[in-house]
Amino acid sequence: METFKLKIDDRQINAGGGDTVLQAALKAGIYIPNLCYDPRLAPYGGCRMCIVEIEGTRGFPAACTTRASDGMVVKTYGPQLDRLRLDTLELLLSDHPTDCLTCPGNQRCELQKVASFLGYNQRSLKPRKSDHPIDDSNPFFNLDRNYCVLCARCVRTCDEVTGINAIELINRGDESRVSTFAGSRLAESECRSCGECMVSCPVGAIHAKNSPVATEETATICPYCGVGCGIYLGTRQGKIVSVRGNEASPSNRGSLCVKGRFGINEFVHHSERLKSPRVKKEGGFESAEWEEALRIAGDKLSGYKPEEVAVIASAKATNEDNYVLQKFTRAVLGTNNIDHCARL
Amino acid sequence: MGLNSLRKESIHEWNEVLNPSRPQIFVGMSTCGEASGVVAVNKAIQDGLEEHGIDAVVNKTGCLGICYCEPLVDIIKPGKPRISYRSVEKTNVSGLLKDYILDDNPRPDLALGAWGQEFKGIPDLFELDFMKFQVRIALRNAGVINPENFSHYLARGGYQGFEKALDMDPEEIIAEIEKAGLRGRGGAGFPTGMKWKLCRKSRNFPKYLICNADEGDPGAFMDRSLLESDPHSVLEGMLIGAYAIGCSRGFIYIRAEYPLAIKRLKIALEHMKRHHLLGENILGSGFSFDIEIREGAGAFVCGEETALMKSIEGQRGTPYSRPPFPAQAGLWGKPTNINNVETWANVPVILEKGAGWFNRHGTEKSKGTKTFALAGKVNNTGLIEVPMGMTLEKIVYAIGGGVCDGKELKAVQTGGPAGGCLPLAKLGLTVDYESLAEAGSIMGSGGMIVLDEDDSMLETARYFLAFIQEESCGKCVPCRTGTRQMLAILDTFIKGRGKPQDIETLLSLGDSIKKTSLCGLGQAAPNPVLTTINYFRGEYEKGINPKLLRAKAHQ
Amino acid sequence: MLGSGAMTNSIGDIALAGCYLLIGANTSETHPVIGFDIKQAVKSGSGLVIINPVKIPLVRYADLWLRNKPGTDVALLMGMARSILDEGLADLDFINERCEGFEEFKRALAEFDLKTVEGITGVGAKDISRAASMYARGNPSSILYAMGVTQHSHGTDNVMAIANLALMTGNFGKPGSGVNPLRGQNNVQGACDMGALPDVYTGYQKVCNPDARSKFETAWGVKLPDGPGLTVTEMFKKIDQGLIKALYIVGENPVLSDPDAGHVRQSLEKLELLVVQDIFMTETARLAHVVLPAVSFAEKEGTFTNTERRVQKVRKAVELEHGKALPDWKITGLIAQQMGADGFSYQSSEEIMTEIASLTPSYAGISYKRLEEEGLQWPCPSNEHPGTSILHVERFARGKGRFMPLEYRPAPEAPDSEYPLLLTTGRNIFHYHTGTMTRKSAGLNALSGQELVNISTGDAARLKIKDGDNVYVSSRRGKVAASARITDDVPEGLAFMTFHFAESAANILMSADNLDPIAKIPPLKMASVKIARI
Repeated sequence: METFKLKIDDRQINAGGGDTVLQAALKAGIYIPNLCYDPRLAPYGGCRMCIVEIEGTRGFPAACTTRASDGMVVKTYGPQLDRLRLDTLELLLSDHPTDCLTCPGNQRCELQKVASFLGYNQRSLKPRKSDHPIDDSNPFFNLDRNYCVLCARCVRTCDEVTGINAIELINRGDESRVSTFAGSRLAESECRSCGECMVSCPVGAIHAKNSPVATEETATICPYCGVGCGIYLGTRQGKIVSVRGNEASPSNRGSLCVKGRFGINEFVHHSERLKSPRVKKEGGFESAEWEEALRIAGDKLSGYKPEEVAVIASAKATNEDNYVLQKFTRAVLGTNNIDHCARL
Repeated sequence: MGLNSLRKESIHEWNEVLNPSRPQIFVGMSTCGEASGVVAVNKAIQDGLEEHGIDAVVNKTGCLGICYCEPLVDIIKPGKPRISYRSVEKTNVSGLLKDYILDDNPRPDLALGAWGQEFKGIPDLFELDFMKFQVRIALRNAGVINPENFSHYLARGGYQGFEKALDMDPEEIIAEIEKAGLRGRGGAGFPTGMKWKLCRKSRNFPKYLICNADEGDPGAFMDRSLLESDPHSVLEGMLIGAYAIGCSRGFIYIRAEYPLAIKRLKIALEHMKRHHLLGENILGSGFSFDIEIREGAGAFVCGEETALMKSIEGQRGTPYSRPPFPAQAGLWGKPTNINNVETWANVPVILEKGAGWFNRHGTEKSKGTKTFALAGKVNNTGLIEVPMGMTLEKIVYAIGGGVCDGKELKAVQTGGPAGGCLPLAKLGLTVDYESLAEAGSIMGSGGMIVLDEDDSMLETARYFLAFIQEESCGKCVPCRTGTRQMLAILDTFIKGRGKPQDIETLLSLGDSIKKTSLCGLGQAAPNPVLTTINYFRGEYEKGINPKLLRAKAHQ
Repeated sequence: MLGSGAMTNSIGDIALAGCYLLIGANTSETHPVIGFDIKQAVKSGSGLVIINPVKIPLVRYADLWLRNKPGTDVALLMGMARSILDEGLADLDFINERCEGFEEFKRALAEFDLKTVEGITGVGAKDISRAASMYARGNPSSILYAMGVTQHSHGTDNVMAIANLALMTGNFGKPGSGVNPLRGQNNVQGACDMGALPDVYTGYQKVCNPDARSKFETAWGVKLPDGPGLTVTEMFKKIDQGLIKALYIVGENPVLSDPDAGHVRQSLEKLELLVVQDIFMTETARLAHVVLPAVSFAEKEGTFTNTERRVQKVRKAVELEHGKALPDWKITGLIAQQMGADGFSYQSSEEIMTEIASLTPSYAGISYKRLEEEGLQWPCPSNEHPGTSILHVERFARGKGRFMPLEYRPAPEAPDSEYPLLLTTGRNIFHYHTGTMTRKSAGLNALSGQELVNISTGDAARLKIKDGDNVYVSSRRGKVAASARITDDVPEGLAFMTFHFAESAANILMSADNLDPIAKIPPLKMASVKIARI
């Protein structure tokens, strides 16, 4: 890839062929306030937070929609830029509630980040009250338009990432809002509940119904279909509380479906999980210690000829599990009678 | 397989109209005429001809732009000049036909003017104040020919520019356009030749061509009128552009609220197809091109070129940042050249008559003419075309006949909702791209509204700001929310409850919106407010809540 | 005919295809994330041809949808091959250099003129040749398929017909091309790779190959059986005959997942010993004599191999809350030790992977250390090898790509007056397999809470069934209750169900007979049924 140098705030920065000014800056650790930018989506230029000054360019181009180029000289802050950004933020916040503590986006909110970065501290424009009903029809996430900043990340994700196009912006101007076709609730729409929109939402407008903040994350692989999506299991106090796609995984590049994102913690922590071996006795199953269960299984299996036993392995278990199982079948039971549901 | 023999026949046919063997009647059948009752007049003409047993040919024609005299009906008697009659009514038209055609009384009392000469007490139409300062290039055929008759257009020099272009290298054509100094008539005034050159340079194919006919400024009707009156002038321009740039497919993006223009465009496209001016191998030249009509749903922002292209692609019509410019990556990511209706209409004449003829008109940087929809408190309202560089004063007083009812002029609003209000003191301003911008307004697509002493500048600013706010697409924050906030503050002044510091708030908010908005719509949205504060600050101060003023004084 | 059964290309490069041929797959529902990629590729200009009797959601994005009669894929694919040949679109250089058996294949194509194929498949000759042309001109084109291709009595023929198309157009060994089976389960690829199959050891080393056998004998220090073992469906036959007496099932639920499920249950009940190892008390576990508790994927270390042959690290995220469950490998090892065997005292899953790598050429370069960094696609023969994203680049695994002459064989179980409808099965996006995991989620159950048997409007009218009616779906093997969904997503004569719902277990209806003769796969995609209102 072609690389070149540009100057941002008097620092020499290396950038690559397709980088926008915003991407080049973020890669170099220079934060430019932004809201509608999502690396998975085409540049949008709607929030106007990332405006910069570029030598030789008229006005204040948005860093997210401007391609970086060799020798470019960029300024990301300055008295005028700071004022313009604050004005834009002020406008945005005049359409936004300020009940941050009770907002589901609290602490994860990119608007908060922008506001604190810019040192916003006083409201001067008249706020607009909005009372859109919350769409809570989806079992996993809510759509609360009162928090929406119309960055369109959700609708662009539903188009550019998933191709489902369950949601779109409707109406115009400050009547714009996120809507499903014909304005139905999410549960009655084309939505497939993958939650990609929720992941992209920079504020609390699309938020998980029940999602405490994880304290630790573990990179692993989704246990459902054969795509093998890379996931991070977020845990807290020994329980899985969140799942997020691993952007670095070449198989899914951060995307997930409804099962992977929302369908894991409940089965892992389900009360019906088998907790101890069980042995069938006269009156039905009884819990047993490992020693007893293994003895019954081992001793009984020892009593059969190789051609009298068979093993069914698992397409859900790990490679190591399956390896040991087939080794056991062949080396201990003495038979090749092993198969699994690959054919089914 | 040129058009020569066809043109010969057409000239013959057109001469038969101008020097007829039997009376020719022209009825101004444009939307403006229809609005003033011409349909009923047309019916009355048919009835009158029958009643009086007159053998005459009734033609429809487009719009001469003399709105204050609609409906207009022209009569040409054998050996006589074409006489235009003003404000014709269904009740008096039968009498007029009888009086003039049968009894040879040209009824000077009903006449507006005779074409090219004084005739029996009827003044020369083109010596009327409204007409004599105009230079009609884009509007050369408007109100003259029957827009649904291909022969009329051909007879008046139509497609000569195109045929000439076919004998030239594309680069030569572009050089000619550059030499003419033609600039975009949609408002921004970008040099047309340079735009074509950029698009031609791209090695990416196919290339597209667009005619922006999404005229949306309130009170503006130049494009509609032109398309209704002379669709071929625009289509010929497109054909020349496509050939010069190397485009294979063209679109006319026109708002669906212009049904008559759409109908006449469709008829014109049929003519073109029939005469090998569209499709494969046009006129045997090896050049192929097609034009499709795309109807917009009346969103103002779709007149913005990037939003317009999204709309043609079938997506939500919202603007996106340039670069890339359409010439690099436009429609479906392909190089695209987009020009406005009036720009296209100028192109054939430049080719036909040469850049030197064209750039005789205008100023150093703004060549040619510009059409304006002159409206408001002015005596002669209508569609005019004047050379660039004419003063506002001349337009208002000489062409427009001054302010109605002898009132004092207060301001002239130009450039539509994105434009600004210029006060009496600026009346000496010449109308060209640079001067208007310097004064805080814009050329825009050509709206011009005259305001008198009774007009409130706050209400005027509010009207345009409210329009923009309503039409903001909502994509970017400053335009979406900023226009609403400005409107709310403006309302406090209109109600006499303004806060003293809010004049500054309006100025600074306006400045931010101009500087940070994504597209031209938002970047110009605060203009009506900013220019009125600039030139009419006193009216804002009058809107300050007196209690607050007293409190301030007290401090 | 090529060498191995896996995706020839990678998920990352299927997005580069100029044209997709999607057959017997419902990708947006069953592999949603790959579905995302396909939709984006189509939006940016790639062609999409879908072959499926059911109107799957991706049809909305397709350039061309061939709605063939169920079970006629071989005829349709051979028809396309014929059209490619006749139109001069075959890649003759590729065929000459890298393939064999083309002449014989050409002769077989004689039977498949488009008129005949149209008669068999119900797809118009024009559409067949347009599909063929789109595929052949895709440059490159990728074929994606799933269980709708394999789960037929002639599933192997289907797969070979697909490979023929790719061979004759040179669609191998380059990005955006290939023959790409989308594997169903998270680690079905790995289970196969690990030799959880009756005829191969790890890495598809044949048990019949004396060299391979002796290698494993040496490594494991025991004498190994020689002939191939039994497939699952054959096991159940032998259980019925009283020949198999003990069965050890790990992490599977054949009572719901296997065909003729009613019969499966009866068979299991006949066993003298059934040991079931799972994380839940599944329908199968309830029939066991001994049930052994395993930990879930979130509570253990290990690796999964995905559909693109990528071996990826599974990591322990949570400790087992309470209870005594153990990783599967540990339990199996303990049983082995209980039986007095050596070589099962592994201390960690990593130790097992080291052993796998030492015995498996295609996994030889795979180690936990490397997997910490990133997943690796096999074949990865050495520590320095970066893994293989595209198979068959220079040559086919077996040397030359072999064309297979095929003939069309009608499905064995045709509808008749008693069972007039065909039933096919599949999945929906909200549930997985037999629902053991997903049915535990209140949210997923809210989104999809019951079996909906899809019936065409025509059939519904004839059967006097309304949308939402409760119906019985019955076949020669049993009957299940479900709710009716009236939709023309299915053509007349065809009904569709999932197999996610224990209470409406569709596999009770399917046949375990008429296996594919080579792959021994039962025809889970077709059974004759009748449907009536309850």
